[in-house]
Amino acid sequence: MTAPTKNWTGALREAGLRSLPPERLLPETQPSYVASWIYVFGALTMAALGIITATGLVLAVMGPTWWHHSATGHFVNSLHLWSVELFFFAMVVHLWGKFFMAAWRGNRALTWMTGVVCFMASVGTAFTGYLSQTNFDAQWIATQAKDGINSTGAGAVFNVLNVGQMLMWHITLLPLAVGAIAVLHVLLVRKRGVVPPFADDMTKTEVAK
Amino acid sequence: MKRRKAFHPDREVNPWAGPTRPYDIAKEVVICVVVMAVLTVALAVLFGSPDDRAVTLKQWATETPIDFAATAAAELDGSAGTASYGPPYNSASTGPSILGISPAKIVGVHVRVNAAKDFVLSPVATLPQNPAATLAISTFEQATLRQQQQWAAAYTKAVTAKQVQAVDGRVIVAKGNFGPVGVIVDQLVSMAQSGALDSTMLTQERFFSTDSTKPLLFLSDGSYLANRAAIDHLQGDQWGMMNETGSWPGQAWLWLYTMWYQVPGLSTSDNADLQVWAIMMGLTLVLLFVPFIPGLRSIPRWTRVYRLIWRAHYKAQ
Repeated sequence: MTAPTKNWTGALREAGLRSLPPERLLPETQPSYVASWIYVFGALTMAALGIITATGLVLAVMGPTWWHHSATGHFVNSLHLWSVELFFFAMVVHLWGKFFMAAWRGNRALTWMTGVVCFMASVGTAFTGYLSQTNFDAQWIATQAKDGINSTGAGAVFNVLNVGQMLMWHITLLPLAVGAIAVLHVLLVRKRGVVPPFADDMTKTEVAK
Repeated sequence: MKRRKAFHPDREVNPWAGPTRPYDIAKEVVICVVVMAVLTVALAVLFGSPDDRAVTLKQWATETPIDFAATAAAELDGSAGTASYGPPYNSASTGPSILGISPAKIVGVHVRVNAAKDFVLSPVATLPQNPAATLAISTFEQATLRQQQQWAAAYTKAVTAKQVQAVDGRVIVAKGNFGPVGVIVDQLVSMAQSGALDSTMLTQERFFSTDSTKPLLFLSDGSYLANRAAIDHLQGDQWGMMNETGSWPGQAWLWLYTMWYQVPGLSTSDNADLQVWAIMMGLTLVLLFVPFIPGLRSIPRWTRVYRLIWRAHYKAQ
């Protein structure tokens, strides 16, 4: 019996394991400096994203106007709204925490940048959600937002007054983008590890080859 | 051969060689999900969520028929918001610009809206067995553009006069040289008050429609929607759309975007929309590239907030 030659699948698996071995992906220890409440806000953000997705799925399955005439639907909408508010609260605290840690240090710039992109994609997702409410608030936000978006030329393909188009952006493309970027962000955090504190002596030099 | 290079504390770190502590990521995730779920349910039970019914054209025409009639006339004479908007709806203007560049004009008209036809003439033309409406539309369409605008402008002037009244839902204006415009607007007001205009505008092209562009544009050209929004502190000069109806929190994360519209100079600029977007895009790029911007990336080190975050670590040293 001969060993199989390494094919694309094997190479992909090995590259993945090399880049992110299981003990780094799901670690059981962390450096001793990872001991602050600020670290919890990243996980809280992801937790809120999970609740947003779950409640959003229920709203999507039942249809965009279900929540107007169903008490259960209205409650699910309330859950969706408040999980979004909590999501942004946790995300903003996480963002500012990472800023004041200068968490981009040590080859972690891409981690910071994916976090910023995730934040912007989340703002867009929430915005299209507000446009998809099919109530007075949605009418007003759409008529106000159109001028800014039209001024950039984007209104030609992103018509905030078209509730059908905005709903599709809200429940398909943008959530996929937020989810994918969030996963990439978390994987980068696991790969690079948590940024160490500033050294007391910042004038020290290190040796490089 | 080895060479020494300067250590950049805002870009680099020394590898951690200190102690570690136990950490259970799975437990942390589960606890976070439970905490967020409990908080979400508690907030939803305590505060619920707002749901003010959508405004209809019927409501607008019934409650403020004069505003409705004035808006319809302004669509005909070309002075209404949509009629004079420009891209992406029509070519009536070039749209906002910066340094002489108008992105909207460059991209062009892609959501075509003919305000006079789509909001007024076509809906009235659908009225069944109504010879007066048919004749008025026919007369209007056979006139020259100049004549049409003269009639419509004369009616607009008359219907916006102070002494105009609405009696039993009918708008009474002083006599003038309006041609067929008075009849057309009267018919549109009646049609809207009956509720027929709401469905007609949504389904102008086909039975199924999820595109609310035209009725929303027409609605936003009048004062009814804006007056309603002012009551809920949603106007642009009230920090606009980052607010929510009632006392619920809205899109608070849009505070910076909304703030620029309150700044003198920008708040009155004809090009404010594009200027604010340009500022926000610039600031977003700055945030994105903070790790590479000298000075900005040093703020965390200068402010020393990190000493608070890692206080246990520094205390232990």
